[in-house]
Amino acid sequence: MLTSKPETEPCCEPSGGCSHAKSTETLVSPETLSLNRRNFMKHSAIVAGAAAAAACSSEDLEKFTQRRLRELSQPELKALLIRLEADYKKKFGKDVDVRATPAAEGVKFGYALDLSRCIGCRRCVHACVGENNQSRPNPEGKHNNPIQWIKVLEMEKEKGIDLSDANPYYNPEEVPREGHFYMPVQCQQCENPPCVKVCPVQATWKEPDGIVVIDYEWCIGCRYCMVACPYGARRFNWAEPHLPVDQLNTNTHVLGNRPRPRGVVEKCTFCIQRTRAGRYPACVEICPVGARKFGNMLDPKSEIRAVLESKRVFILKEDLNTQPKFFYFFGI
Amino acid sequence: MAAAESPKTDLSPTTRHPSRFDSLLRALMVAPLAVALVGSCQSTPAGKAAIDSPDPVHSGPVHLPPPQLGLPPDPVHGQKEEVKGFAVPKPPLSADFWPCSQCHDPDDKVNRTRRELKDEHTNIHLHHDEANRWCLDCHDATNRDFLHLASGVTITFDESYRLCGQCHGTQYRDWKSGIHGKRTGMWNGDKQYLLCVHCHNPHSPHFKPLKPLTPPARPETIR
Repeated sequence: MLTSKPETEPCCEPSGGCSHAKSTETLVSPETLSLNRRNFMKHSAIVAGAAAAAACSSEDLEKFTQRRLRELSQPELKALLIRLEADYKKKFGKDVDVRATPAAEGVKFGYALDLSRCIGCRRCVHACVGENNQSRPNPEGKHNNPIQWIKVLEMEKEKGIDLSDANPYYNPEEVPREGHFYMPVQCQQCENPPCVKVCPVQATWKEPDGIVVIDYEWCIGCRYCMVACPYGARRFNWAEPHLPVDQLNTNTHVLGNRPRPRGVVEKCTFCIQRTRAGRYPACVEICPVGARKFGNMLDPKSEIRAVLESKRVFILKEDLNTQPKFFYFFGI
Repeated sequence: MAAAESPKTDLSPTTRHPSRFDSLLRALMVAPLAVALVGSCQSTPAGKAAIDSPDPVHSGPVHLPPPQLGLPPDPVHGQKEEVKGFAVPKPPLSADFWPCSQCHDPDDKVNRTRRELKDEHTNIHLHHDEANRWCLDCHDATNRDFLHLASGVTITFDESYRLCGQCHGTQYRDWKSGIHGKRTGMWNGDKQYLLCVHCHNPHSPHFKPLKPLTPPARPETIR
């Protein structure tokens, strides 16, 4: 460091009157050949940049320079949706409908789950996977990273709700098992979401209708949100998601169930592609015991309001002030 | 003097040569991104290969039955307003037995004595307050295609929820407000209700156990 001459020294300037100035004109001068770290990095960066530009099409550059979804104007958003649809067509060979339906006015989604009805059959878990294009099990493949957004916990009636003693891997012949009850846990769609607070790139936020969503284009996969979430509701794509074409749900939302890339976090969005179109979430519709209730909390005639007004509901980890919009109750 | 100055300035290079660190930083930032870009351009074939193998576990997207409209009004309970607009499907009646009048002739003499049936309907085992009830407490003896309430009012099988609601008042109340039972369709529009008898066998109403679907993968199997 001390012996090398900095470039900014006057004697090395071409305009300078010293003897060095002449030698710089020839290509074989020792100055230009000297491979110091700065020159190396500079040149390698240029070479790498040029190689990247040469290897990638304008589409890839577009992807690389993609801005965050919330900042996009309507035409830009439309262009993004078209690009995503083209990408999926290329990848899956199927027409995938990617929508960006915005939140409706005067809607705040709420969810209630009747713990006295739930029998732990996991129909909701698998309906959710089918609806939301999660990564499927792939035991023989190179990568096996099955993702489920709902986790059903089995607990003992004698002990009550004890999350530290819950078993999500139960697999008896028949459920419900004697002396046990079941508690499905998924994203609680907090009004005060800790996951949103910790995101260093603001790739996750709460929508006006209360759904906490993720911008998959902008998520850097740091998984801070997973650490911050007290409900363990977020999942990470450790590997390239395994999604067979015949199991692809082509009705998608840009903030919800569109196929995700590797390295991003995902979570329950109350089936945003369905609920923003007025339909019930998949888990509500599949539940064989009708334990799951969903609706607009601002509509006095909705069933979620009926639950909130007539049942003693509770929320999970109330002391953390996350203010979930997912309520549990005992209907009997 | 000059010799004394140069080591000092070299120890704090940022002040003297900001360009060196700028370019170094820039290069460090650009190089991995460029490598990642090249990588992303080439990663698609591997992804394509991965999605070819089938997955036996998945059950497929949820398919809804087409909604059926038309719920008869309930003059007794005045619930016309409450459930207006909700569709109730037809009760799950087997064509082998329905209509009941194909065997039960209205002119037949009815044996109203409470007894265990030995000749017909032997497959029906009543596990529904069987100590106190039997067939004709719900089924109408004079017209077998109807049910009757405790008051004697006859109702169709489509309205069986009124019969159930006589004893199970809290469930009936919750069902009408959407808490008990299941609603499908639109959360802000047309909904489809299920009748009590779609989930509960009226002769043995306790919900039957189910085989649970596959449990989640343990973290150690993820790769």
